[in-house]
Amino acid sequence: MANSKDIEETIKSYILAEYLPGEDPASLTDSTPLISAGILDSIATLKLVDFLETTFSISVAANETDAEHLDTIDRIAQLVRASGGSAKD
Amino acid sequence: MSLHEMIEPGVRDRSAHPSVVEGSGAGQIDYATLGLLSDRLRDRLIAINLGRGDRAGIYLRKSVESVVSIFGILKAGAAYVPVDPSAPASRNAYIHHDCGAKVVITERRFESAYLEEMTKLGGPTPKMIILDSVGGGAHLAAALDSEDAQSASAGAPTAHSEPDDLAYILYTSGSTGKPKGVMLSHRNAVSFLDWCSDVFQPQTGDRFSSHAPFHFDLSILDIYLPLKHGACLVLIAEDVSANPLALSKLIADHRITMWYSAPSILSLIAQFGRIADHDFSSLRMVLFAGEVFPIVHLRSFKRQVPKPRYFNLYGPTETNVCTYFEIPAVISDDRVDPYPIGRTCENLESIVVDTDGNVASPGAEGEICIAGPNVMLGYWNLPEQTAGAFLQESSTGKRWYQTGDIVVEEPSTGFRYVGRRDRLVKRRGFRIELGEIEVCLYRHAAIRDVAVVALPDEAAGVRVKAHVTFRGDKRPSLIELKTFCSQHLPLYMIPEAFAFHDALPKTSTDKIDYQTLRRMN
Repeated sequence: MANSKDIEETIKSYILAEYLPGEDPASLTDSTPLISAGILDSIATLKLVDFLETTFSISVAANETDAEHLDTIDRIAQLVRASGGSAKD
Repeated sequence: MSLHEMIEPGVRDRSAHPSVVEGSGAGQIDYATLGLLSDRLRDRLIAINLGRGDRAGIYLRKSVESVVSIFGILKAGAAYVPVDPSAPASRNAYIHHDCGAKVVITERRFESAYLEEMTKLGGPTPKMIILDSVGGGAHLAAALDSEDAQSASAGAPTAHSEPDDLAYILYTSGSTGKPKGVMLSHRNAVSFLDWCSDVFQPQTGDRFSSHAPFHFDLSILDIYLPLKHGACLVLIAEDVSANPLALSKLIADHRITMWYSAPSILSLIAQFGRIADHDFSSLRMVLFAGEVFPIVHLRSFKRQVPKPRYFNLYGPTETNVCTYFEIPAVISDDRVDPYPIGRTCENLESIVVDTDGNVASPGAEGEICIAGPNVMLGYWNLPEQTAGAFLQESSTGKRWYQTGDIVVEEPSTGFRYVGRRDRLVKRRGFRIELGEIEVCLYRHAAIRDVAVVALPDEAAGVRVKAHVTFRGDKRPSLIELKTFCSQHLPLYMIPEAFAFHDALPKTSTDKIDYQTLRRMN
């Protein structure tokens, strides 16, 4: 596995491109609330899960697709790592 | 009959059968416990002087505790005012302050933020009954034990409520920037539920889903219809309510027989719920209401789950369901139009009124107006808005509630929904006054002008977009704006998209040109 922040960077690029078009990347930190601040709605959250499953070759359980597991980039990366995912080279 | 008396046959005849089950597996109670625990809460509430004519707030996550709280409050003769536990504390405190709640039942986790907001609003703070948490009913029992240890509450008889007594207030989005409370009486709800009994014929073996949050009017059918018939109510917690895989699993695991939700939830399940991997064979009826069901998703759901009967129910919070339409057994491939909202419910009357306030000629477009026992008492503390909501017949005094919904009556299928006459939109079934979002954004120091529009969207039904201009050069980030909204509005009201402008387009009369904004993508 390359740089240990690769997972965070991949998730951040995806969220910026899909849900925060035109946003200054510096405004989105690893601890910015995403679901609880309305940046990701329910459909966006489902699409994020699809993205995580495909990109990191992991499987996200139904009970993990909530704010507790996905509200910040930190938490999402933690979920990816716990599910055995790693950033692709 | 009053609303709380509806559970008495179940408590008497089906005491050991499950009444309220938490879909998460956190717990369940039988009918006997529902009766006993709500009696204990009634006694405590009466001991602290709650009674007929009073309001009591419920600020709890959906749970056995929240259902029992409803019945405890009604048995004390008071009206309940439920709030969205995921909404900002400031909004919930505003609602309970506005209705003058004498008592509020809440959880420890909400207490400090809520009390802080209540203090800002001034006036008397309601008496708080605070539960450590929720789940299975035990937390309410523990809170009552602790209150009883401090001062005993004498057993009090259940209040006999009159039909026109206030039973609950549901707050919906208000165009002036503040939520407004719709006052519903025992008669309103009982008449609606009796109609449901006639049409849907619930059985004691039924297992109803309770998907809608309790501050949403769909919850009235969910809570009371199963309990009226000795059936079982399966609560769906807020945190899985928009999670299609979890919902599919819940329908299968709990063998749900009667499902009721906004169409957008069924759309999500049809697309992402992996229905083929779950056993939906118990479902015998699927009811939906709150917004238009895009035909592509209805067809997809119905093909994957062909057995149940499907009903499109229509009605604003002010009337509960007032028209209904049963979806035919087969939806053809070439159908593109949504199904109609159908015929007026048998316990109500309807008329279609043109823009001049006259009854429209048959087949002409107009606003549907409703009269009958379901129709609300009025808006809490808003006499002018209440008066403006009704057309009153001068000769008879009969009141027709003006829904704001434009329809056309078709001879064979009943009413077809055409659109709104104002700026109210529906998202996930929730009412959103676009003006309320604008008022919120105007409170942001950097914003000069704002105009919020709703755009049709294939997947979500509607998308809400805010067009804004700023006072200075420093433009807040998108994240900052959304976070700001989340501190003042429920999540479903936060705009998906923002567009930043130097100036908003204006009409020749110098008003914001919404038509042009709607065309800007």
